[in-house]
Amino acid sequence: MQTLSEADAWRVLDGVPDPEIPMISVCELGIVREVRVGTDGVAVVVTPTYSGCPATEMIAESIRAALKSAGAGGVSIETRLAPPWTTDWIDPAAARRLLACGIVPPGPREDAAAHPIRITPRALTCPRCGSTHTVRLAQFGSTACKALWRCEDCREPFEYFKPL
Amino acid sequence: MNAHFEYLLRIGDSTLILGQRLAEWCGHGPALEEDIALANIALDLVGQSRLILTHAGAVEGQGRDEDQLAFLRAEHQFRNATLVELPNGDFGHTMLKSFLFCTFLRELWAALERSTDAGLAAIAAKSSKEARYHVEHAGDWVIRLGDGTAESHGRMQRSLDDLWSYTTELFAANPTDEAVRHSGIGVGWSSLQPGWEVAVGRVLNEATLVVPAPSAFLSRGKFGVHSEHMGHLLAEMQYLQRAYPGATW
Repeated sequence: MQTLSEADAWRVLDGVPDPEIPMISVCELGIVREVRVGTDGVAVVVTPTYSGCPATEMIAESIRAALKSAGAGGVSIETRLAPPWTTDWIDPAAARRLLACGIVPPGPREDAAAHPIRITPRALTCPRCGSTHTVRLAQFGSTACKALWRCEDCREPFEYFKPL
Repeated sequence: MNAHFEYLLRIGDSTLILGQRLAEWCGHGPALEEDIALANIALDLVGQSRLILTHAGAVEGQGRDEDQLAFLRAEHQFRNATLVELPNGDFGHTMLKSFLFCTFLRELWAALERSTDAGLAAIAAKSSKEARYHVEHAGDWVIRLGDGTAESHGRMQRSLDDLWSYTTELFAANPTDEAVRHSGIGVGWSSLQPGWEVAVGRVLNEATLVVPAPSAFLSRGKFGVHSEHMGHLLAEMQYLQRAYPGATW
C-alpha cells in the first residue's frame, strides 16, 4: 500500500545525508534528479558524482531505507548518467553550510579551452581565519571530490570541494 | 569480434588495467596524501571501466556483465594498450605513465562526447570531467620531478625513454577504428595524436624532459598481443573470481 505523495518523498530524501559529507543531504548535493510515485512505490532517479565514488552504493541503500521506513511500498533506484553531475547543482545554502564546517565550497568551473591544464592552483581563502596565504597539499583529499589545503597563517588544514 | 564491442573493450580494458596498476600503490605511496590520491584516481578509472564494460556487455549481447568481462577473460582477449600494463617502476615512472595515458584519455573522452552511441557519449561526458583532475595531478608531478634535482631529472628522463615507444601503439590505425569512425560511434585514435602531442609536449617541455627520437617498435596490446607483464597482473587481479567463481561480498 503506497501512502507517500511525491512531496513527501522529496521531504524524506532531503533528510538523507551524504555518507561522506553528512552536513548536506543527497538532495542538496544535487544527485537526486527525479522522483516518481506510482501505485507500486517510489522511483528515484540518481546521478552519480565521481565514477569512483565508493559512497554511491551506500547512498542507494540509505535512500531505500529512508523511503521504506516512511511508508513507501516499494523503492526502485535508477541511475542516470546524462547530463553528468556538476558541482553547480549543489544548493547554495548547503554550500554555505560546507564553509561553516571548514570545507571551502566549489568555485566556478573553469573553461577547459581557456585553461588546458593548471599546474599552479589559484589561492583559496582559509575558512577558519580568512587568510589567502594558503597552499594545496594534495589534489585528492579524504574523498575524490575534495582537495586538501593548508593555511600558512593559522597553519590549519582544510578541504576544498573541487569544481566538477 | 564486432568492431563496436572491440572498440569499447579497448577503452574499458585500458582504464581497468591502469586502475589496477595505480591501486598497487595503495599502502606504498611516498606520502600519505599521494597514497590517497593514487587510490582515488584508481577508483575513478575502475569506475569508468565498470560503466564501459557493462555497456560493452550489452552491445555484445551474450549476457556478459562487467565482472565476467573483467575477471573471466584470458590475456589474449584483453584489448588494453600495452602502456598501461607495464610495471609501475618508481613513483616518477608511474606518474609519467599515468600522465601520458590520462592525457590521451582526456582527448578521447572529449571526442566521444559526440558519439552516436548515446550510452558511450554519456559515459564520455562524465569521464571527461574527471580526466581533467587526473591529468593535472600527474602533470604536476612530471614537472616537479623532471625540473627537480639532478637525481629526479635523470630518473624521469630514463622513464620517458622507456615509456615513449609504447605510445606509438595508441595512434596506430586499424580496421576497428575505421569501422566505428564510419558509423559515428567512435573516433579513430590516430586523429587524437596532434592534440595529445601538444598537451604532452607543453608539460614535458616545462619539465625539461627531452622527447626521444621515434623508433620502429610497435607494441600490440590493443590488438590482443600483450607484454610478459600482463599475465602476472591478471593472475593477481582475477585470482578471487577464478578460485571462488561467483563470489560476492
